[in-house]
Amino acid sequence: MRKEVIYSLASPYREEMKVTAYRFGHGKKAACIVGSIRGNEVQQLYVCSQIIKKLTELEASGAIVSSNEITVIPSVSHHSMNIGKRFWAVDNTDVNRMFPGYDLGETTQRIAAGVFEEVKNYDYGIQFASFYMPGDFIPHVRMMDTGKQSASLASLFGLPYVVIRKPRPIDTTTLNYNWQVWDTNAFSIYTNETDEVDEASARQAVAAVLRFLTRMGILRYHNHSGYIATVIAEEELRQIKTNVGGIYRRLKHPGEEVHMGDVLAEILHPFEGEVLSQIIAPTEGIIFFAHKKPLVTENEVIYKIIRRLHE
Amino acid sequence: MIETVSAMELPVEERLRIRKHRVLPLHPTGKEKRICVVTGTHGDELEGQFVCYELLRRLKAQPEYVKGIVDVYPALNPLGIDSISRGVPMFDLDMNRIFPGTEEGPMMETLAKHIVDDMAGADMCVDIHASNIFLMEMPQVRINEETAEKLVPYGKMINVDFVWVHSNATVLESTLAYSLNKIGVPTLVVEMGVGMRITKAYGYQLVAGLLNLMKELGIWEGEVEQVKEPIVSSDRAVGYLNAEKAGIFLPQVEIGDMVEPGDELGQILNPLTGDVEEVIEAPIAGMVFTRREYPVVYSGSLLGRILGGKEDREEERA
Repeated sequence: MRKEVIYSLASPYREEMKVTAYRFGHGKKAACIVGSIRGNEVQQLYVCSQIIKKLTELEASGAIVSSNEITVIPSVSHHSMNIGKRFWAVDNTDVNRMFPGYDLGETTQRIAAGVFEEVKNYDYGIQFASFYMPGDFIPHVRMMDTGKQSASLASLFGLPYVVIRKPRPIDTTTLNYNWQVWDTNAFSIYTNETDEVDEASARQAVAAVLRFLTRMGILRYHNHSGYIATVIAEEELRQIKTNVGGIYRRLKHPGEEVHMGDVLAEILHPFEGEVLSQIIAPTEGIIFFAHKKPLVTENEVIYKIIRRLHE
Repeated sequence: MIETVSAMELPVEERLRIRKHRVLPLHPTGKEKRICVVTGTHGDELEGQFVCYELLRRLKAQPEYVKGIVDVYPALNPLGIDSISRGVPMFDLDMNRIFPGTEEGPMMETLAKHIVDDMAGADMCVDIHASNIFLMEMPQVRINEETAEKLVPYGKMINVDFVWVHSNATVLESTLAYSLNKIGVPTLVVEMGVGMRITKAYGYQLVAGLLNLMKELGIWEGEVEQVKEPIVSSDRAVGYLNAEKAGIFLPQVEIGDMVEPGDELGQILNPLTGDVEEVIEAPIAGMVFTRREYPVVYSGSLLGRILGGKEDREEERA
């Protein structure tokens, strides 16, 4: 394992921010793994730390197939993470909306450019990402539909689901999108948590990455074959929204199978405790996403269901 | 007449309500043109608040001259303005990246859809922004080059100092202005002043421009001032000043100053060592139209912009 500072940025009042890469093996740029790009992505940081720990052991035992280099960048965002901010500490811009970056541009464009210069040109790019809505997902691999994505490759992670998302204008400046534009096969992996560490889904994510690297001939490793993934287009997910605001009582959780008419959640009057609304499943299927925070507004997306899928 | 454009229930005893003030002619005919004046998408940009007040004050003072429909939306992001938050609080979301919105999406995207639906069919929209807390901007209109042919003539009517025609960026396709232009509502984006402050002189300047624009559209028949002939930047270079060093930036120029290449525009200082970390020099000759107000800078922080001459642009192209 070689540890290398790939980008540094002087701060007026704090220590220099250093983005560190851990490199394993030598040779062609086989795979690059990126952890937290936003300051609240603690689970993403944790997963990368566990991958680095495991790859260090595997490299020592000669398990990295010769002529392959694996790079892991556990954090781009610790300058924000250390002060409890999600976005860039100074101007609240999002580094994951600045790719491919611009080295003569503004600060977060420079950070993105510095990182992208190091992460591009790999065969495979894997990012541990987070979603802007507060809630839990079933662990899955997400890809942008750029015309260059390969769902069959994504299924080799052995996670239960692969989601293909049509990019919106705002997505064109993410790392995942730009990796694909630069001919890297890019995958975003979502586990259950972001702000907190969830050991079970973190272990699942580490196993998925090792499984993928093994199947791509980069690692020699034996692990469970995982799932044969179900591939879903994001627009096929059935969204369920609240019709009132109040206190949210979640009754069904990601991964659960539900039937039409099941009560998924209740919204309570915030002062009187009475049930204002029952959120009823409009379809049968598997819950893919569920809102988590205890309060909800009207018109909030609180569930996404994979229609007509059964356990 | 104050109307609610969209309302959503928040969790505890409150509704998020987006409101507008509609001013109608004294004797409507049903064939009036309509202008939308909109601001407050970013909660830290307040310059438009004074513009809304002053425009409405003048319209109410001389209602007999109002010949069209004037819809004034002072706060598209009321929660942000009320809590000194640029984005939408709770979601950490830039509201000007979710248009045109959708009924199928989360709450804010639904609100965005209602806003666009409400403005659809208008003959003109002016979307007023105030930079951010970091930068002071000379009053200007920004126009995507895709819509320049149609919008530059309107940009010249609105009493700004210049009209900046910029290239298209895919990410900007999620803005209110892009979405409205796409559905046939000509929309001008005005940038002026600085975040979290109100520059009264700029407010008066823009109100004069809005009344002039409304007169041209047949919405206002009252007196108007002579408006400025703006510089149009489509054939001019723009010089960017970005910090290379971290520290405290102190500018030495004012907005509107003319500078020559190599002129000292400011310094980045180190308050711990007492050293000058970097001297900022003008990269091109021209007029300073953006200047950093917030002193703390990192490498990359934008310190200013200069509008150069035509010859610089020709050199750039060459």
